[in-house]
Amino acid sequence: MIPSSVDYTRASSVGEAIRLLAENPDAKLLAGGHSLIPAMKLRLNSPALLIDIARIAELRFIEDTENAIVIGAASTHADIITNQYLKGLTAMIEAGELIGDTQVRNMGTLGGSIAHADPSADWPAVLLALEAQIKVQGADGERIIPAAEFFTGFFSTALDSGEIVTEIHLPKAAVGSASAYRKFMQPASRFAIVGCAASVTVEGGVISAANVAFTGVSDAAFLDEGVASALIGKSATLENIEAAASAAAEGDMHINEDHFASQAYRKHLAKVYAKRALAGACGL
Amino acid sequence: MSNKFIGKSVKRIEDKRFITGKGRYTDDIVLPGMTYAYILRSPYAHARIRSIDYSAAEAMQGVVTIMTGEEVGHYGVPCGWQVNFKNGDIMKEPPHPLLVKDKVRHVGDAVAMVVAETRELAQDAAEAIIIDYEVLPAVTDASKAVLPGAPLVHDDVPNNICFDWEIGNPKAEVDEAMASAHHITSLDFVNQRLSPNAMEPRSYIGQYDNVYDKYTLYTSTQNPHLIRLLMCAFVLGLPEHKVRVVGPDVGGGFGSKIYHYTEEALVTLASKKIGRPVKWTETRSEAFQTDAHGRDHVTHAEMGFDAQGNIVGLRIKTFANLGAYLSTFGTAVPTYLHGTLLQGLYTTPKIHLDMTCVFTHTTAVDAYRGAGRPEATFLLERLVDLAALEMGVDPAELRLKNFIPAFDGVTQPGYQTNVALQYDSGNYHSVLERGLEMLGYENFRKEQAEAAKTNKILGVGFSTYIEACGIAPSAVVGSLGARAGLYEVGQVRVQPTGKISVFTGAHSHGQGHETTFAQVVADRLGIPMEDVDIIHGDSDTVAFGMGTYGSRSLAVGGSAIVKSLDKIIEKGAKIAAHKLECSADDIEFKDGKFTVKGTDKSLSFGDIALTAYVPHVYPANLEPGLDFSSFYDPTNFTYPFGCHIAVVEIDKETGFTRVKRFIAVDDVGNVINPMIVDGQIHGGLAQGIGQALFEGVEFDENGQITNGSYMDYTMPRADDLPMFELDRQVTPCPHNPLGVKGAGEAGCIGSTPAVVNAVIDALWSAGHKVKDVRMPMTPERVWKAMQPA
Repeated sequence: MIPSSVDYTRASSVGEAIRLLAENPDAKLLAGGHSLIPAMKLRLNSPALLIDIARIAELRFIEDTENAIVIGAASTHADIITNQYLKGLTAMIEAGELIGDTQVRNMGTLGGSIAHADPSADWPAVLLALEAQIKVQGADGERIIPAAEFFTGFFSTALDSGEIVTEIHLPKAAVGSASAYRKFMQPASRFAIVGCAASVTVEGGVISAANVAFTGVSDAAFLDEGVASALIGKSATLENIEAAASAAAEGDMHINEDHFASQAYRKHLAKVYAKRALAGACGL
Repeated sequence: MSNKFIGKSVKRIEDKRFITGKGRYTDDIVLPGMTYAYILRSPYAHARIRSIDYSAAEAMQGVVTIMTGEEVGHYGVPCGWQVNFKNGDIMKEPPHPLLVKDKVRHVGDAVAMVVAETRELAQDAAEAIIIDYEVLPAVTDASKAVLPGAPLVHDDVPNNICFDWEIGNPKAEVDEAMASAHHITSLDFVNQRLSPNAMEPRSYIGQYDNVYDKYTLYTSTQNPHLIRLLMCAFVLGLPEHKVRVVGPDVGGGFGSKIYHYTEEALVTLASKKIGRPVKWTETRSEAFQTDAHGRDHVTHAEMGFDAQGNIVGLRIKTFANLGAYLSTFGTAVPTYLHGTLLQGLYTTPKIHLDMTCVFTHTTAVDAYRGAGRPEATFLLERLVDLAALEMGVDPAELRLKNFIPAFDGVTQPGYQTNVALQYDSGNYHSVLERGLEMLGYENFRKEQAEAAKTNKILGVGFSTYIEACGIAPSAVVGSLGARAGLYEVGQVRVQPTGKISVFTGAHSHGQGHETTFAQVVADRLGIPMEDVDIIHGDSDTVAFGMGTYGSRSLAVGGSAIVKSLDKIIEKGAKIAAHKLECSADDIEFKDGKFTVKGTDKSLSFGDIALTAYVPHVYPANLEPGLDFSSFYDPTNFTYPFGCHIAVVEIDKETGFTRVKRFIAVDDVGNVINPMIVDGQIHGGLAQGIGQALFEGVEFDENGQITNGSYMDYTMPRADDLPMFELDRQVTPCPHNPLGVKGAGEAGCIGSTPAVVNAVIDALWSAGHKVKDVRMPMTPERVWKAMQPA
């Protein structure tokens, strides 16, 4: 539980962080540290330099713009769940409240979590279901990556080396749309064995749009098209939701397995939690 | 002001320093010139060491010394309890070297110790040591380690069997009773291995003083004197009077800090070698690998009943896992602390336990909160509840029918069991009846029937337990193979101003002795509690002691203090009689005053204390001073008992189990501080429920612990538990002066089977007639029990 010797520096701006990252190929960004520091203590990760970006003021804000709520990447989980602009995006609040404990929520950041892309982390599923746009910045400037293209695999993302997540844009909830997040927790770490974020738009009692995204189930968070497509055009009833949810985590995909949940059980839980998240989003 | 403290929930004196972060633990101690040790451990469960290359590590700046198996491997730590084979042969006792030379036998086995200027440097240097291992196959399951062809942990221990052992009635008599049974309930189960998880990791500092030729060992231990004795007499051969062992504030033990660990001797040797203090503090990862684990039994058990539901026999075959090496009391736990409790609360006429204790390529197993008694309780209570389900009778009724009738141990004799022990006093029916009343049993069964139609099913589980605490009569344990006595020492020094320093051989590592013991002393002497200081944990200050474990501190350590208090009052009466010019027989001590009976002539306790040290007007032939030390050796174990009831709710869709209610009616004899006893029960319940639902060390086929961190090893947390519903019955212990029985382990002993029984009851209520769900009963395991086979 003693990390190797490491240098530490605190970047005061995004520009400075990008420069430091370019100059130090063995550096790691520190954005809260709730995954990185434990890995360093176990000497699973031994960066030469830590560049702390969690205190860059320009990265810590939550703004209500015309089309989206924009969250600075260094906003903490606690910032998010207490923010008034995010109240309409219920899945964000429900997921944030289930992350870790008070200390973790006060230190851990949204940007840090999604850049780390732990396959059991809560935020990736929510950002997928809410169709977030992720703004990143590197030496070559800024670009926007849709959440659906961001989480590419086991602890891997579409970020290029040298790029930093700067903002997360969440489209505002449309009229008749609502979201929810339900998590079956790994009892020790309280990460998700199965976490399901659902976003549903109901028009005249009929589901016109739906996203269902999972975390914890596979090597990366993913949108489950099978469940979503089974819902479109159906009335928002428990029976229809249950029928659609039975398609969850099917098809040709890797299913995680550990001593808390076998593949078969995880797949079963995905269906149960798809139902529960959808029911939550539909207010059932 | 009344100075009556016994029975009052006095707030804990020690909490001020603990809550404000000012406790002083071993790792807080920094000595001048101190160096830091890191122990290089085996990453393999079983491997031969082909070669070790220290050269790069030795050359690193800041490395002070590297100790190896070549240098210290001839020293080893002993086992403290000899158990013989059934045929009388002595148990196999392979050496447990401080550092291994040739072969590692579990993940975490110690290969080398690097001492450096900082902890970080020591670890960096250890990582530069190159070891060439030849990895060998490993075995971690005791029931498999005995099979032909299983890899051997020690080459000279055939079939990995340390010893086999039996207790109870002759096997043939038990077989005959079982053959006559109307119904036999049989159960195969695993009482899984647990990691103790004390909040404070183990930490040791060795300090050698070449001026006085004296060693000091600071150690996170539950028993400093025992560590000194073992290290001096059995490990290093040091002169005991030249060794001081200090156990300062210790952050939890649960048994795991009873034992003499190799690292204690290593830092002691290293400090002599380099002439500087050496500190070693384990990491949490090391704690999972090297702190002695608990439980780990694989059992087949059968309980027979006659047509009326009376228990006629109990027959058990168990394999107990001892780990790779014998820990200090590892051999006693599955035998004398387990087999002797198989009578439980029942009149079972014929009992036989066949026990095989086995080496495996795993961390050593030893006493963990309850130590053998939880395993016995689990076995009995699972069988009784399951038998009730199988026979279609009420589990509470079945117990009441088979309970031993009440006896007080004073006007009625103790109860002689078929497994060696004689219970001191008990009233078993009433704790269960009180539990049923608190539960609202009839209503519950109605609720349960309704819930069985929904997705949230309910179950209730009972556990009526007994334990043997207050260990132990030295002659009894000696005859059973203990290599130590189990008395306790209590010294009461009255200072000239009437203030009291109490030196106890018991050791507090969370129990609140500084409060409870002070309550006893202040109450007996009729003085304020602030006038009493409880001193423990330093072999140079406290004359001797056997430490704290087995719920013994108050029953044995407290009794030693009471013996000294009696001597003080007796001597005080002589001094008072002289000053008041009467016979000592006419003096009565009450409310802090020595009074001539039937008069208002009296002297305060403070007056007498001062006179004892300023003996100007003083009885002839009486020594000055008021300072007594006593050894107390109990005449029997104490036998707390109680009734635990769990109500669980299971989510049928996921198998997720929530403990909705937990009722505990415990009888721990007289109670000095009800709040502290409740706290002990609460902690024990959390650990017992933790075993049922959450905890368990898991090994892969290579012998690696796959859940050796808090990211994967599930500790129970407050939000996993209901508000506990506690009540208490008091049946005083008839054989110690305080009438106390011990409360440290009760919660942990009774609660585990109550939760498992509740889950099984819920499953049966929904038509899933399974016998067992393996612990920890994770949601997946419970869910699987509800799926069509």
